[in-house]
Amino acid sequence: MSKISTNDVYTLKGVSLADGTVLNIVISGSTIASLGSESDGEIIDCTGLMALPGFVDLHTHLREPGKEDSETVLTGSRAAVVGGYTAISAMANTSPVADTAGVVEQVFRLGKEAGLCEVFPIGAVTVGLLGERLSEIGAMAESAAAVRVFSDDGKCVSDPLVMRRALEYVKSFGGIIAQHAQDPRLTENSQMNEGEVSSRLGLAGWPAVAEEAIIARDILLADHVKSRLHICHLTTRGGVELVRWAKSQGINVTAEVTPHHLLLTDELVESYDPIYKVNPPLRTQADVLALREGLADGTIDIVATDHAPHPTEDKECEWSAAAFGMLGLETALSVVVKTMVETGAITWSKLVEVMSINPAKIGGYDRQGKPLQVGGPANIVVVNPTAEWIVDRGHMASKSRNTPFHGMTLPTKVLHTIFEGVFVLKDAELTGAKHE
Amino acid sequence: MKNHLLSINDLTKEDVLSIISTAAELEKITEGPTKKLPTLRGRTIVNLFFEDSTRTRISFETAAKRLSADVINFSAKGSSVSKGESLKDTAQTLQAMGADAVVIRHGSSGAAQRLADSGWISATVINAGDGTHEHPTQALLDAFTIAKRFPERKADFTGLRIAIVGDILHSRVARSNVLLLTKLGAQVTLVAPPTLLPVGVESWPVRISYELDSELEQFDVVMMLRIQLERMTNFYFPNEREYSRRYGLNEDRLLRMKKEAIVMHPGPMNRGLEISAASADSSRSVIVDQVGNGVLTRMAVLYLLLGGATLGEVS
Repeated sequence: MSKISTNDVYTLKGVSLADGTVLNIVISGSTIASLGSESDGEIIDCTGLMALPGFVDLHTHLREPGKEDSETVLTGSRAAVVGGYTAISAMANTSPVADTAGVVEQVFRLGKEAGLCEVFPIGAVTVGLLGERLSEIGAMAESAAAVRVFSDDGKCVSDPLVMRRALEYVKSFGGIIAQHAQDPRLTENSQMNEGEVSSRLGLAGWPAVAEEAIIARDILLADHVKSRLHICHLTTRGGVELVRWAKSQGINVTAEVTPHHLLLTDELVESYDPIYKVNPPLRTQADVLALREGLADGTIDIVATDHAPHPTEDKECEWSAAAFGMLGLETALSVVVKTMVETGAITWSKLVEVMSINPAKIGGYDRQGKPLQVGGPANIVVVNPTAEWIVDRGHMASKSRNTPFHGMTLPTKVLHTIFEGVFVLKDAELTGAKHE
Repeated sequence: MKNHLLSINDLTKEDVLSIISTAAELEKITEGPTKKLPTLRGRTIVNLFFEDSTRTRISFETAAKRLSADVINFSAKGSSVSKGESLKDTAQTLQAMGADAVVIRHGSSGAAQRLADSGWISATVINAGDGTHEHPTQALLDAFTIAKRFPERKADFTGLRIAIVGDILHSRVARSNVLLLTKLGAQVTLVAPPTLLPVGVESWPVRISYELDSELEQFDVVMMLRIQLERMTNFYFPNEREYSRRYGLNEDRLLRMKKEAIVMHPGPMNRGLEISAASADSSRSVIVDQVGNGVLTRMAVLYLLLGGATLGEVS
């Protein structure tokens, strides 16, 4: 267990930055005190390790309040820290839904109490996620949680007028609407990507066009009302093309991709194992390659986990009865390294942009996503870029076990996570320390 | 042969020929005064039906009883299953009761494979229809029926032209038959409105036609599929009159078929919708034969999967 407390001084010795520079990082309290050859306080040997700004997840399901059997703010924070995250964003589809100041403040407070990373609640766009009436967006923005990101994730804001109004309304405080792009009529009872595999398996299809039609519409709406739009979990080649076009037109749109959509394809559904059931669904290899290309060239701004814990019984059943969703926090970095860095598609510096700097900017998270610099916040992850590890669903920090990567050997191990100067993860173990 | 029968993909061509020849042999044996064979005496077969299907259940039950197995019927309605019990708990209950084989009918595609792969149960699993995925024993009985009607081919369907007409999208019968009939060499044409063909069907080893008339004279087998009336509410076709006119097997079409061509239907039929009464009852129709052949085919499957005594011994 680490003895380091918030007021201590210590040195990460001989650590390399994303650009390859090797130096010492001295941390004092919650701030980076120096970068260079100096050292002070306890010396932590980081030879061969890499220090990066702590990761920021813009799309996390923490399940509390309401579904504490699958995750809580505390257990989700633990999973985040194990994955190298120093900030996560709690999606609104809890029970009750986070559509009032009361609920977002509760989640915000639980995040503070956990003290392992920053927890930013996302507010629901519409009351009860029903897509009919705007929720109290202003009250949530002005609450202690100071919500800036709004989303009905899990459901699409499908009514074009409601979406238009939401986009307009959040302009008053610089907010953003994160859309789960899924035309509900085109995806009634959908079970998997619609294509060759679904035709053989006899599972109802979730067509790419159901995602792309909403993306196209919302891009045009965002342009029309000059507001900010964020597209959640892009999964199709056509969606990437649409966002690329929008950016070329100067439209204020950002987009995310999940680690699982960068690696897995719909052929895995042939097992009928619901561990691969997720919404939006796993697509084809051509889509996977288009997503990687989009992430590399900046069309897709960020990686977001869509960490979606579910209890065992919701996956240990027949396909159509199973819940949609996969764990993501603890494996995200390794999957991005495997699919993007090891393939030569992006550098480590670019990885820092898509996993830390850009999501912090989109969410407006002031103390997150800052390049490591003197005077900056000590929100840091230290990884071993050459280590490999085997994913074991029996050893997850999350309360749930629904990882699709179980048994896979993945590159890069998160060793230390430092949140506001506090070692919350050390040598890949939770220290028990927290930021007060 | 594998332990389970979940999909036609589980069967090699040799397995299929073995099932067909075993069914033929069982037919000879059971033509005598005693219909019942002692081969599966002491074995327990559970019919686990999450969907109502009296025809398929009775067929499997009859097949199992003719082989002297003990049969337990477990239907979802009125049982613990309808009270929210999971597939896993049901499976483990059957395991504890010592089931040797589970014949499962389920509304969810992949449920049979899930049961077989999950480790919840060690019994042999036989898929009696899973959602809109497969219904392998139906395809096997269809192949057996065709083989009997074209005996000179000895179950080699090379060059045989077979049309499957109707709701391909939602049909487990069509999926299993495409796999099986092409395995035996047949040239399969799917005839349906584009709305009732799955996206991705172009990857299947079949020809596609959006209308029934142009090649009707060339088919040796015309297999009509049941059209479910609830499909109309999802805009798959405008109404039943139009469907019947464009895709139904009426008398005019019946008369245009090849002299030796046959008409099939997996049942239950909507007379007057996808098939006219005259077509269903004509001399070309082998629909009643399909039912009888169903029992024989399922006997063959149970016999081969559960490894009963050799047929030579019992006959």
